[in-house]
Amino acid sequence: MYGALWRVLPGPWWVRTLILLVLAAAIVAVCFEWVFPWVSTYVSFNQNTVG
Amino acid sequence: MSAHARVRRGGAGTAVVGVFGELLITAGVVLGLFVVWQLWWTDVVALREQQQVLHALQWEPPPPAASAAPAPVERRDDPPVDPQPAFGQVFAQLYVPRFGPTYVSPIAGGVDREQILDRLGIGHYPDTAMPGELGNFATAGHRTTFGKPYNLIADLQDGDALVVRTRTTWYVYRVVSHEIVYPWQVEVISPIPGLKPGDPIPPLTERWMTMTACHPMFSARQRYVVHAKFDYWMPVSEGTPKELTDAGVKVIGAVGEGS
Repeated sequence: MYGALWRVLPGPWWVRTLILLVLAAAIVAVCFEWVFPWVSTYVSFNQNTVG
Repeated sequence: MSAHARVRRGGAGTAVVGVFGELLITAGVVLGLFVVWQLWWTDVVALREQQQVLHALQWEPPPPAASAAPAPVERRDDPPVDPQPAFGQVFAQLYVPRFGPTYVSPIAGGVDREQILDRLGIGHYPDTAMPGELGNFATAGHRTTFGKPYNLIADLQDGDALVVRTRTTWYVYRVVSHEIVYPWQVEVISPIPGLKPGDPIPPLTERWMTMTACHPMFSARQRYVVHAKFDYWMPVSEGTPKELTDAGVKVIGAVGEGS
C-alpha cells in the first residue's frame, strides 16, 4: 500500500518525501478539526452533568 | 534480479497480508492521534477560547487596594441577584484560590456538552439559582479535556473559597462537603442539596453553590460533587475579596496583570 504510493509519486526522493509530509499534515488537520470532534460525541468518558 | 522483484514475486497472499499489516499500523497511528487530540489539543483550543471570552467581557476591574484605606466591607445582607442568563451567555467568572493564582474560568448559561462545556468552560444548570440567590447555584465543568476547569475539584477542602464574580458583584462561597454520586442522582442540584425531585420544596433560607464533574477521572460512571455555602458578597467597585488578594490570585484587568 505505502510502497505502491511511493512508486506512484513523481520526482526524486526528496520531492516525494515533501509531498508525503504535506499529505500527512493535511490528514492530521482534517482529523483534529472534524473527524475527532465527531467521534468524541460517541466516546463519552468525560461527561460531568447529572440528570 | 533486484531484491524488489524477488519480494513481489511472493504472490497475492503475501500482498494481502502486507496491506493488512499496513492498515493495522495506520489504525494504531490514528488511535494514537485521537488520544493526542483528546488529551492535549482540546485543552489548547478550549483554553484559548475561554481566555478570549473572559477578556471580551471587558468588565470593569476592581479598584486597587489603597494601603491606607480600610478593607472592603464583607456584606451578609441580601445580595443583588442577576436574572437567568440566555443559553450560552457568559454571565460570571469563577476564581478558586485552591486551583492556583492564575485560575479563572467563565461560567455560561446551559450545560450542553458541545456548545457550552466543550467550549466555554463551566456551565450553569438552567433554572437553578443564580449567584447569591436563595437555593442552589448549580454548575458543571470538565475534570479532564476541553480546558478542564474542574480538573482539581478533588483537591478542594472544607472551608475553601469559591469566588464568583458577575459584572457588578463578588459572591464568596465556602466549601462544606463533597460526595460521589451516580449521574441520575439529580438531587445534588436541588434547591436544597439532597431534596428528592418531586418532594415539596420548603421555604428556602440558604444559598448554596454546587459543582459537578466526572468521576473517576476519564470515566463517565459517576460524578464528583462539591457543595459550598454562601459566605458574603461585596460590590466589585469597592475592591477585591481578601480570599483572592491573600492568595495572590490575578484578577482579570486588575493593575499588574496588564490585561
